Amino acid sequence: MPAFLLKRFAQSIVLLVIVSIIGFVVLNLIPGGPLAQFALDPGMTEADKARLAEQLGLNRPLLVQYFDWAWRLLQGDWGISFRDGNPVLTVISRHLFATFLLMGSSTVIAIAIGTWIGIRGATHRYSTFDYAATVGAMVALSIPTFWFGLIGIYVFSLKLGWLPAGNMYSIGDGSVLDYLHHLIMPSVVLALVHIAVWSRYMRTATLDAISQEFVKTARAKGVTERRVLMKHVVGNALLPMITLAGVQLPSILTGALVTETVFTWPGMGRLFLDSLGYSDYPVVMGLLMFSAILTIAGNLVADIVVALVDPRIRLA
Amino acid sequence: MTASPQTDDSHELALSVRGLTVNLPHGMERAHAVEDISFDLERGKILCVIGESGSGKSVTANTIMGLLPRVIGVSAGSITLNGLEIVGMDAESLRSLRGRVVSMIFQDPLSALNPLLTVGAQVDEAMRAHGIGTQASRRKRAVELLDEVGLPDPALMYNQYPFRLSGGQRQRVMIAMALALEPSILIADEPTTALDVTTQAQILELIRDIQRRKGMSVLFITHDFGVVAEIADNVVVMEKGHVVEQGTADQVLKAPEHPYTKRLIAAVPHLTDKDRPSLQSAGSDTVLKVEGLTKTYRSGSALLRTQRVVPAVRDVSFELASGRTLGVVGESGSGKSSLGRLLTKLMDCDGGRILFEGRDIAPMAETEFRPLRQRIQMIFQDPFASLNPRATIGRILTVGPTAHGMPYAKAREDARALLDLVGLDTGAYGRYPHEFSGGQRQRIGIARALMFEPTLLVADEAVSALDVSIQAQILELLDKVQRETGISMVFITHDLRVASQICDDIAVMQRGRIVEMGPPSQIFLNPKSDYTRELVAAIPGESSNRPELAAAEG
Repeated sequence: MPAFLLKRFAQSIVLLVIVSIIGFVVLNLIPGGPLAQFALDPGMTEADKARLAEQLGLNRPLLVQYFDWAWRLLQGDWGISFRDGNPVLTVISRHLFATFLLMGSSTVIAIAIGTWIGIRGATHRYSTFDYAATVGAMVALSIPTFWFGLIGIYVFSLKLGWLPAGNMYSIGDGSVLDYLHHLIMPSVVLALVHIAVWSRYMRTATLDAISQEFVKTARAKGVTERRVLMKHVVGNALLPMITLAGVQLPSILTGALVTETVFTWPGMGRLFLDSLGYSDYPVVMGLLMFSAILTIAGNLVADIVVALVDPRIRLA
Repeated sequence: MTASPQTDDSHELALSVRGLTVNLPHGMERAHAVEDISFDLERGKILCVIGESGSGKSVTANTIMGLLPRVIGVSAGSITLNGLEIVGMDAESLRSLRGRVVSMIFQDPLSALNPLLTVGAQVDEAMRAHGIGTQASRRKRAVELLDEVGLPDPALMYNQYPFRLSGGQRQRVMIAMALALEPSILIADEPTTALDVTTQAQILELIRDIQRRKGMSVLFITHDFGVVAEIADNVVVMEKGHVVEQGTADQVLKAPEHPYTKRLIAAVPHLTDKDRPSLQSAGSDTVLKVEGLTKTYRSGSALLRTQRVVPAVRDVSFELASGRTLGVVGESGSGKSSLGRLLTKLMDCDGGRILFEGRDIAPMAETEFRPLRQRIQMIFQDPFASLNPRATIGRILTVGPTAHGMPYAKAREDARALLDLVGLDTGAYGRYPHEFSGGQRQRIGIARALMFEPTLLVADEAVSALDVSIQAQILELLDKVQRETGISMVFITHDLRVASQICDDIAVMQRGRIVEMGPPSQIFLNPKSDYTRELVAAIPGESSNRPELAAAEG
C-alpha cells in the first residue's frame, strides 16, 4: 500500500512536469509570443518591444526561460500579473473562494441527485422513471451549459424575479443567506450536465452489481431488500464511481468557466477569460498550473480513497 | 436410519413439489422453464436433481428459495416446505423463511461472497437478517460456525476478506453462512462444479457429514453423475423442464429406465485403464520436444521489496510424436494452462527449449515465429467467448488463412470441407455464432484451428464448459480428426476421466512440475506418485464404479 502510493505520487509529479512544458511551449508558440498584445499598438516601436523583451527576459532561449519559470514556481514565485502588477498567486487566491464555493455546491448536488437517479433507474429498469431519466440525461448532455444559464436567468430572474441574475452577493448585504440565494442558480446549472453523466454511470455500475452472485447470496440469507440494495449493491457500485469523481473534477472546473461568465461569478473561470483577453500570460500560465495540480491531486485522492475502501487493494 | 419422532406422513417430507410449472418470458426457446414437475425430499435425505444445461434444475431451486427474477413466474402447482405452502406467499414471509428454514449455497464461491465485507460480517449477516442474537453472541456463533466447516484459525478467519481465501475455503464460508440458523433444508446448486477435484471431494464430504450430524434434508443440484453416485439417496432426472425419471440412487444409476437417463449415464466419462490403441497415422517422428521449460511470474517491485515470485512452470520436459495425444492434467494453479500458453508462444518462457519439428521456437522473435504459428493452433475453453459474435462462421474460418495469403476461393472451399468434417451443415458458413449451441460452437472452434492444416493442436480445457453428452461427442470428433489428419495434440484438462478417454500419455502436473507421466493404465491403476494417487482417489463416483469395471472385465 505505501509502495503503491509512492508510485502514484511519483507518476503525478512527472505528469505535472509534462503539463507545464506543454502549457509553456504552447503559450510561447502563439504568434508574437507574450508580446502579441502590443502588435496593434501604434505607440510601440520595434525598439520598444526589444527593450521590453530584454527587461522581461523574453529574448533568452525557451529552455532557459522554462527552467527559470519552473524554478521560481517551486519557490512560490508564480510571476507578476501584466494587468495589475500583483503577484499571480495573490490574484488567483482572490478568486479561489468563489470558484470553490460554486464547484463544491454543484458537485454535492450532482453526486446526490445523480446517484439517486442512477440507483433508481437500475432497480426500476425499463420503467417510466428510467426512460425519463435516460431522455433527461441526453437533453442535459446535448444542450450547452450557457443556454441553461440564460434560460434560467430569463425565467427565474426576469420573469419570476425569484433569484438574482448574477454576482456572488448583493452589495451591502453579504449575509450567508444572501450568498446562498445567489448560489442556487449557478450551482444547479453547472450541476445539470454532471447529474446526467453521473446518473448514467451510476445506473450501469448498479446494474453490474445487482447481477453479481453475492447479491443473490445475500437474498438467500433472508437479508431485506433494502439492506441488500444499500449494503451489497450500492457499496460495490460506488467503487468505480470514486475514480469517476476524480476524473470529473477538471470538467467541473471547465464547466465553471462558462457558468461563471454567464452569472458574472467572480471566480477563476472569469479570471481566466479576462486574463486571456488582456494577454496576461503569467496569470494564464498560473491558472493552467493551478488547474493541472487540482486535476492530478483529484485523481490521486480518488486512487487513495479507492485503495482505502477496497480491501483487495488496501491489503494486497 | 433416522428415528424420526413424527409419524404424520406430511412431516416426513421436508419439501414437496407438486405439478410445478414456471413460465419463461415470451420469445424464449420454450414457454416453460419447468412444466408440471413433482418430487419429494424426504426428511434427513439427500435428493440429487440432475440434468444438463437448460434442464430447469436451477430454476427449480430458485423457485423453492423464492429467488426467481421478476420476469419469470410460477403459473401452476404447489411447493410445501415442512408442510407450509410457499407458492403465492408474500415477499416478506418468503424472506423470513430464507436462511432460517431453507438455505442455499451456490456454484461459484469466487463471486458468491461480497468482496468488500469480511467473512465474519457476512456470516453475521445471516443471523442479523432474522434479528437473532446480540452482536456478541452472533460473533461467538460465527466463529463456531467457521470452525465447524473446517476452516483453519476461525477467530482470525472471521476478520479476513474473501479475496484472501481459496475457492474451497470460500465454499466453506458459504456453507457456514447457510448453516448459521440451522435450517431444516439446504439447497446446494452445483456447489462443487467450480472446484478442483480434491477440493470437491472434501466439500462433498463436509456436506454429507453436516447433513448426517444435523439430520438436515439436502436438495443437491448437479450435472455430474459421479457426484450423484457419491452423495445421493434419491435422484430426480430432468430434461428440458420435465422430470423424466426419479427413484433411489441405486435404481437410477444401476437400472435407468428412461432413454435420456441411459444416454446421460453412458456419456459420463469413466476412467479407463485401457490404453488407447495407437493410430495408424501415428508416426515415430517427434513433432514436439520440450526440454527444461521454465516460467516464473513476477509481480510487484524488487526495488521496494514487494516482489512476489510464482514459479508457474518448473523444468518441464516431454516429447510428443506425430498423431499422438498428450494429456496435461492438474488442478488450478498447477501450471497446466501456463504450459499451453508457452507452447503456443502466447507467452515467452524464462528458460528451456521448445523444439517444434526440430527447430527451437523458444528464443524466436515474433516475426520469425509468425510463419510457424499457423502450424500450432489452439482450441479454447469457452465456445461462447471465443467466437466473434459479429462475424459469420465463414468469416471466422477464413479470416486467418486469407490474412496469411491464402486466396479467398480456396479458403472458402477448405472452410466448407472442414465444416463437413466437424459434423456441421455447410449452410453454417453464412450464419452467426449465436445461432449455434455450445457444442456446435466448439465444433466451429475446432474447424477454425484446422484451417491452417496445423501439425500441433493445443486444446486448453476444450470440453470443460460442455454438458457430458456434448462432451462425449466432441471427444469423439477430436479422435476422428486425429485419425484423419494425423495431427498431434496437447490436451490440457482438469478432468482425469476426460483425459483417460482421449490421451495416449498423461502428464500430471503439480505446482509447475510434471510429477508423473505415463499411459492411462499406469496413471490410474498403478500411480507412482502420491499426488497422482490422491487425484485418482478424489474422482467422484469412481470408487463405486471401479469394482464393477474390474468384475466386468475380470
